[in-house]
Amino acid sequence: MSSAPPDVALRMVDVRKVYGSGDSEVVALDHATLTVERNEIVALVGPSGSGKTTLCTIAGGILSPTSGTIVVGGEDISGHSPKALTEFRRTKVGFVFQSVNLVPFLTARENLLVVDEVGKRTGAPARKRADQLLEELGLTDRAKNLPSELSGGQRQRVAIGRALMNDPTLVLFDEPTSALDSKLGDQVMQLIRSEMKSRGTSAIVVTHDERVLHYADRVVHISDGVLAA
Amino acid sequence: MRELRRRPGRFVTATVILFLIALLLMFLGGLVDGLINNSTGAVRAQRGDVIVFSSDAKDSFLRSEIPPELRAAVESVEGVTDVGGIGIIQLGARVPGKGPRDLADTALFGYELAPRGVPETPPALGEAYADESLEAKGVEEGMEILLGPFRTPVTIVGFVEDTNYLGQSSLWASPETWRKVAGENRSVGALADGVFQSLVVAGDGSASELAQRIDAATAGATSSLSIAEAADSIPGVREQRGTFGQIIGVTVVIAVVVVALFFALLTIERTGLYGVLKAVGAGTATLFFGVLLQAVIVTVAACVAAGALSFLLDIVIPAGAIPFQFGPPRFVLSTVLLLVASTIGCAFSLRRVLKIDPARAIGGSL
Repeated sequence: MSSAPPDVALRMVDVRKVYGSGDSEVVALDHATLTVERNEIVALVGPSGSGKTTLCTIAGGILSPTSGTIVVGGEDISGHSPKALTEFRRTKVGFVFQSVNLVPFLTARENLLVVDEVGKRTGAPARKRADQLLEELGLTDRAKNLPSELSGGQRQRVAIGRALMNDPTLVLFDEPTSALDSKLGDQVMQLIRSEMKSRGTSAIVVTHDERVLHYADRVVHISDGVLAA
Repeated sequence: MRELRRRPGRFVTATVILFLIALLLMFLGGLVDGLINNSTGAVRAQRGDVIVFSSDAKDSFLRSEIPPELRAAVESVEGVTDVGGIGIIQLGARVPGKGPRDLADTALFGYELAPRGVPETPPALGEAYADESLEAKGVEEGMEILLGPFRTPVTIVGFVEDTNYLGQSSLWASPETWRKVAGENRSVGALADGVFQSLVVAGDGSASELAQRIDAATAGATSSLSIAEAADSIPGVREQRGTFGQIIGVTVVIAVVVVALFFALLTIERTGLYGVLKAVGAGTATLFFGVLLQAVIVTVAACVAAGALSFLLDIVIPAGAIPFQFGPPRFVLSTVLLLVASTIGCAFSLRRVLKIDPARAIGGSL
């Protein structure tokens, strides 16, 4: 497989990831096959150590698989070099991490612009996009605030904005509601859904929170590295 | 840059330590420059290309003797354009108004080719130009000082800068004055007329080629050195430079360790942050350049502060108190050394940055 059809954001075919060797060999992902359509939000649910991390890191180009094929937005990244994967992450995917992980000494606006600054800087277009995203996320009046001056929900919104800065094909959300109360969690999931759907962007949302599963178009379960629809 | 601006407190410790190291480096440099300049000024002030000693003198002004026939041989060397004899005698000087035992250390030079800052025509018999370091010892223009045990009077007719010899204040006089003072105060008397201790030679081509031609023409009766080599051959100069060079080297190594430790700790602390930045597409080079830029800014800030203090010390330390001379070349050299040390120190963080796995950014319950 050299490219995915345009209506497919992610296609993983028969992907295996094995850590260690011999007696210490651990199969983290076992012949996983998953397709995420464009404009589709998939919730990935599974217990700790089930392989969710591995699946997301492979889909996001952070980790290379032991075997199998991964195509994101038509780009086959299965055999990419570390340098090519860095470029891929910069241009094709967005991440929202569990602990938010904003750069603590940068303002909300600068945290969005960091995506542009770590690559080939575009300058004015990036600034315009950051301002537009902040407005859409209701953060215009907090643009100059440091993360320590923002609430948990506002920080999460900044993280979503950062994930969308590069206009990604696929956004990977890691427990986006775990640190929020149920009301705020609902608001964040609504925001994620509306932002993804308004852009036609696909997303994989890793979650333990059963209450937010209805925001996904599809729920995929994973256990011991094996995917079950 | 933004981290430095918004979290300056994180960098205060490293900046203060680097400032102290920079200050030590610049102070040591100022001392070695002061000591060496205080020893070599009279030689560096010479306007020729080469200093010629007799071969048995081991490149010492005091042991060397150049008779007229050897001088004639030097003058006849192809490419030699100017030859001037030079003689020296080191004596204590009694300064009016000072106690009888409060002697100023002086080195009286008799010259034919005027050194930098001294008029072409040597002063009249019994007169001399003095190095300005004698001003700190109470000597003034027009004052008559008494040289040596014989108390030969010499009148100071002006001052010149940076011409000390072996830590002694130089006096620049005619060959006749030098012979008179030497004759009266040395137990072995003055050198015969026409005999000098060494020659200052100007000529065509490079100094080393000129020196080789002269030594070849005199069949090895002379030992000719460039001005820089002659300055280095003054007793103690190489030893001072070597000793201070080693101390400065150790200080630079300490700076490497300090920077390496500080930025290694900072990198460890930032492992999670770098993981996130790598996950969103930052390359190792981008992250390392950020660390390096911070190290350079901290180092430059420390050097500027230490340099300002060193320049201030150079101004306020009274002449003759301690041999401290601090100028722009020493500031630039010290800053460059510390920047190199910072870069090397930062390089230790590079390995750590390289090893940071962006998968660390995706932790938690995934």
